[in-house]
Amino acid sequence: MALHESSYEPKSGIAKWMDERLPVGRLMHTQFVDFPTPRNLNYLWTFGGILTFFLMAQIVTGIVLAMHYQPSADGAFDSIERIRRDVNFGWLIRNLHAVGASMFFLAAYVHIFRGLYYGSYKAPREVLWIIGVLIFIVMMATAFMGYSLPWGQMSFWAVTVITNLFSSLDSIFKGLGTTIVEWLWGGYAVTGATLNRFYSLHYLLPFVIAGLVGLHLWALHIVGQNSPTGLDVKTKSDAVPMHPYATSKDAVGMFLFLILFAWFAFFLPDYLGHADNYIPANPLVTPPHIVPEWYFLPYYAILRAIPSKLFGVIAMFSSIGILMFVPWLDTARVRSTKYRPVYKWFFWLFVLTCLALGYLGSKPPEGAYVLWARIFTFYYFAHFLIVMPLVGWLETPKKVPGSITEAVLGPAGAQGAAAATKKA
Amino acid sequence: MQTAKPACRVAAMVLACLSISLAVSAPGRAAETSEHATERQPWTFAGFTGQYDRPQLQRGFQVFQQVCTACHGLKRVRFRNLAEPGGPEFPVEAVKALAVSWPYQVSGELDDEGNPIDRLPGLADPIIGPYKNDKQARAAQNGALPPDLSLVVKARSLESHAPWYSHWLWMLADVATGYQEGGADYVYALLTGYHEAPAGVEVSDGMYYNAAFPGHQLAMPPPLYADSPIEYQPDAGAKSTMEQNARDVTAFLAWAADPSLDARKRLGWQVLLYLVITTLLLFLVKRRIWGRLKH
Repeated sequence: MALHESSYEPKSGIAKWMDERLPVGRLMHTQFVDFPTPRNLNYLWTFGGILTFFLMAQIVTGIVLAMHYQPSADGAFDSIERIRRDVNFGWLIRNLHAVGASMFFLAAYVHIFRGLYYGSYKAPREVLWIIGVLIFIVMMATAFMGYSLPWGQMSFWAVTVITNLFSSLDSIFKGLGTTIVEWLWGGYAVTGATLNRFYSLHYLLPFVIAGLVGLHLWALHIVGQNSPTGLDVKTKSDAVPMHPYATSKDAVGMFLFLILFAWFAFFLPDYLGHADNYIPANPLVTPPHIVPEWYFLPYYAILRAIPSKLFGVIAMFSSIGILMFVPWLDTARVRSTKYRPVYKWFFWLFVLTCLALGYLGSKPPEGAYVLWARIFTFYYFAHFLIVMPLVGWLETPKKVPGSITEAVLGPAGAQGAAAATKKA
Repeated sequence: MQTAKPACRVAAMVLACLSISLAVSAPGRAAETSEHATERQPWTFAGFTGQYDRPQLQRGFQVFQQVCTACHGLKRVRFRNLAEPGGPEFPVEAVKALAVSWPYQVSGELDDEGNPIDRLPGLADPIIGPYKNDKQARAAQNGALPPDLSLVVKARSLESHAPWYSHWLWMLADVATGYQEGGADYVYALLTGYHEAPAGVEVSDGMYYNAAFPGHQLAMPPPLYADSPIEYQPDAGAKSTMEQNARDVTAFLAWAADPSLDARKRLGWQVLLYLVITTLLLFLVKRRIWGRLKH
């Protein structure tokens, strides 16, 4: 960015020597100290940092768990019990990892809804947004495979149900679905072979996420951050250096979130899980209600809302895939929902829809639950395919301030800031 | 000031919704739970401050030893765990004596000539039940399998019957109070839930009616009796009744399923204290830094 000049000056001899060969210090200083961040960011903008923290925390606790875990149908469940009972602080590391996964998703959902509310996907941030959706998809795959590893009843049956979904492809091309399912399982049923490959991928995918996060940050630092007004940084007075301004706010947001994390990890470690997963996997006994982890419940509700298995699967995957097209589905002239009096209502209706689908996903698919799941599934897709294009086109947005500075200081303050810049 | 007004309105709306749905749902919820005879019990280890009660765990072990071990094992708990901090904390010597007098022997090991042998358990061995494997257990129990009890309290839960409009409130209340004792509540309800079958309910041969069990027909005969409770030592800390036996053995099984609970909650408060203080300091730092700007 033109506004963005590096104030980096290598001080020591080693730093000067390094700066002429591989300027890592300069890169970090330019991108994470000097980087201009909008001066009006609220606490919802701290979730990017929180997510980075959770990715690292999950990798660290996961590596320690992997030292004690045995990925086999016979040994997996027992090895986790050994971690809980016999490994020094094993109970703590295991709780941090299991609860950490839930907190990771909670933070990701806040981050995604923040992006949707403030129009952070709109030009020029389309690629940034799409990489974010890709991260979310890989995160879901990682979490799903991670949940299979304790090899309890819910692990086993969730794997069985979800992998079996691919068999619906048989109705498009005979034998295709069955072939894919057997390929995923590594056999003709969910066995230890399935567990082994899931474990291998569960260890691999976090590093894929880390790579994608690198691209996400790169794209972010090319286009700059969006802001609550939906305005970009245009003048010097619109921005503050990332350090110490954004970093000090990020630290407060992160520690507040860590309090929530600690609350669950220490006092409610099993609250977000399912009791059935403390029963070792048994292929001969099906649990009465097979439910996924809470963060998958809305998609599970969509899957079961559609009467046809194939179309249910298509709807479930589309519900995430559709996010990729949001930059082009939203036709509004302004970014931030703050200045969109009509769309604002639809946004909160969409949030309510996601919560309702989550609740319905946890209930058995019978009676009124099915009807409501269908209604909310309809709205979920209608929000993207009908509301976003139409409301954006028909609605008259409120007046947006001329700049971030004006939004913060008022018109007079903005003129003062502009004059000060000119003088300087 | 302009931004504060809608925020107040939202807060008022949320408060109104909260009170209405709580008022509407409270009677319904109570009716539902009493029907299934599963009520939340006052456990000493409940909530975010609760810890195990040492004498209760010791009484619970006595009930487990005299009643449950007839059919069930506790294979994920080792004898040495009974003497470790955070558990019943029996003296090591007593546990050693207990292990070598255990009625069931460790099997499947080989002697120097390669012949399978049975031997007495020691401190490092699991607390085994009467059966060498599931097949033997089923053969002895008319086809029913008495499960290992190491994790039974964690592997059971109370299902919420709250209606949709208050479901989320009860969830928030459980999170705020640190409620995680659904499994213990269920096990207690099951142990005290044996009744005569109500009129019109037919109980199959070899099955027993239990109000707490899903489907109400259970192969396990009533393990505790109201007219002949387990005999407690005079210094055991509680008078022995059937309900007390059920409560004590449930607490013991809760410890068996979650032996690190005491340490976990203690460390939790230290971590929280650190986090809250650091958050406050960070907030003051942030305010000082942003104070340089108009914002």
